[in-house]
Amino acid sequence: MEEKLTLFKNRKRFGIEKNIDIIFKNTALVLSSFVAIILLGIILVVFFQSFESFSRYGLKFLVTSEWNPVKDEYGAFTAIYGTLVTSFLSLLITIPLGVGTAIFITEDFVPKVFREIIGSFVELLAAIPSVVLGLWAIFVMEPFFRTFFAFLHNFFGWIPFFSSEPAGRNSLLAILILVVMLLPIVTSIARDSLNQVPKKLRNAAYGIGASRWKTIFSVILPAALSGIMAGVLLALGRAMGETMAVTMIIGNSNAFSWSLLSPGYTISSMLANQFGEADGSQVSSLFYAAFVLMILSLMVNIFAQWLVKKFSLKY
Amino acid sequence: MNSLFYQKRLSRNIGDKLFTSLSVICALVAILPLIFLVTYILIKGGSQITPELFTLEPNPPGDDLDAGGINPALIGTLIITTIASIIAIPVGVGGGIYLAEYSKGGGFSRFIRFGVNVLAGVPSIIAGVFIYALIVSTKILFGSMYSGLAGGMALSILMLPTVIKTTDEGLKLVPNELRYASLGIGASMYTTILKVTLPSAFRSIATGVVLGIARAAGETAPLIFTALFSYYYITGIGDLFYEMGSLAVLIYNFALEPYDAQNKLAWAASFILVLSILSVNIFSRILAAFTEKTKRV
Repeated sequence: MEEKLTLFKNRKRFGIEKNIDIIFKNTALVLSSFVAIILLGIILVVFFQSFESFSRYGLKFLVTSEWNPVKDEYGAFTAIYGTLVTSFLSLLITIPLGVGTAIFITEDFVPKVFREIIGSFVELLAAIPSVVLGLWAIFVMEPFFRTFFAFLHNFFGWIPFFSSEPAGRNSLLAILILVVMLLPIVTSIARDSLNQVPKKLRNAAYGIGASRWKTIFSVILPAALSGIMAGVLLALGRAMGETMAVTMIIGNSNAFSWSLLSPGYTISSMLANQFGEADGSQVSSLFYAAFVLMILSLMVNIFAQWLVKKFSLKY
Repeated sequence: MNSLFYQKRLSRNIGDKLFTSLSVICALVAILPLIFLVTYILIKGGSQITPELFTLEPNPPGDDLDAGGINPALIGTLIITTIASIIAIPVGVGGGIYLAEYSKGGGFSRFIRFGVNVLAGVPSIIAGVFIYALIVSTKILFGSMYSGLAGGMALSILMLPTVIKTTDEGLKLVPNELRYASLGIGASMYTTILKVTLPSAFRSIATGVVLGIARAAGETAPLIFTALFSYYYITGIGDLFYEMGSLAVLIYNFALEPYDAQNKLAWAASFILVLSILSVNIFSRILAAFTEKTKRV
């Protein structure tokens, strides 16, 4: 009995060790909550800094395109329109290209070694900093497309999108450099979700006599759709927030124009351009624009996560 | 009889051929510009590399003859990325430890994981805007405005989600038997984590963290109004509180200059940046593939 009692007593850990254990756990807890603190901090700080501009211009800020620090008139319509147009149009070009490439490297058209090399090469490209892409766009892409843009304007000038004389730096170039940027993202995510489709689905389709592309269109792609969609949304969020390459090539003009061949603006390029030198209510208006950008990308992001959770493969 | 053989003219076979060539074209259109891009950067940038590049200060634009070097920007990138790592790695690894080892999948951990994904999607320029409002405009760091320290903080916000995610996922791959064995012989939770689970997940965590650092080193948007840019050598620890140059901002500033000498400097800086980021990526990929092969089942 006596012996049993002492044993029981000794089952407790020493005080110091116990305390260290508790401290360790709580430190980890605090560190993990930093993410939430930073996220809320970003939202609150940007919101409160934009408060002055928000209360002065209200929602009118979103639909007027006057940006005049001298007269203290601010409206971000050109930038918001530019953000949406560049990101959606670039995505429109990227999706078929990226998904087509992903199909190419998941089917067996060429030996596996080549497909793997192409796949990892595409992934590596996602690591190239966007400022370097911007540099490349200025010195290589712009001269390369100059004659093509002139051709577009001459023959399709009746379409509003090509109605202006091509400027040296313009929205269409920004869209093209965004395509270069988004391709690796869309391709690698589409490839991953195509690879995750179980082999038996493909075999079943082949077994009842479907051809290769009938199988791809009716079985494989629908099964991988949710993953591809999530990747596309991720790319959309990236395109909206992309700053450097776009700022360097879009021309940075606040004058609104339907034409993609004239210089434009996006929210992030406006921030990159003006933040350093702004003061007074211009700063507040820039914060307002930043807030709009943040809300846009948060919505896209949260929707993507919801989509993944809702429609993730259930095999 | 004939129907047993492959018939070229059947509409389904024609359609198949058509789509196959379409996907080959897609792949070509997607990949050729990318190959061209990489080789162009490496050749054009590589041809500008000289020994003086690494030792000299850049000359202010205008002097078209001699642009100088990129020493301050190179050192600045190293310093700013180091500051970002010093902040993001402990916080991220600690947070990842909590998510993987302590949380029981309840509301809090689900919220944090969600927050990590959302933070990863926040545009990088917003991180710069946030640090500008919090630190630069308030002059909270001993009265200094634009500083290398502020730049490092902005980058750390971008690194944090990557570090947490890789730690969380790396620890989750450690088999539970190891934990049971350690706890079973009487080790406390923190000994188990520090001596058993973290070491066995070390390689996958390190790979992810290094990739995150490489990504941060090329970020420009958060730096352009937090760290700004500087033409001068970094001489001492006090320079942390002043404007600091970085390769990324140097490329941005000098690409937009009308002078040829500055543009060349931008190409040289791109070469160094791209080469180091790509080699880190390739190296860690090889390491990861190697680990996967040697891992016991």
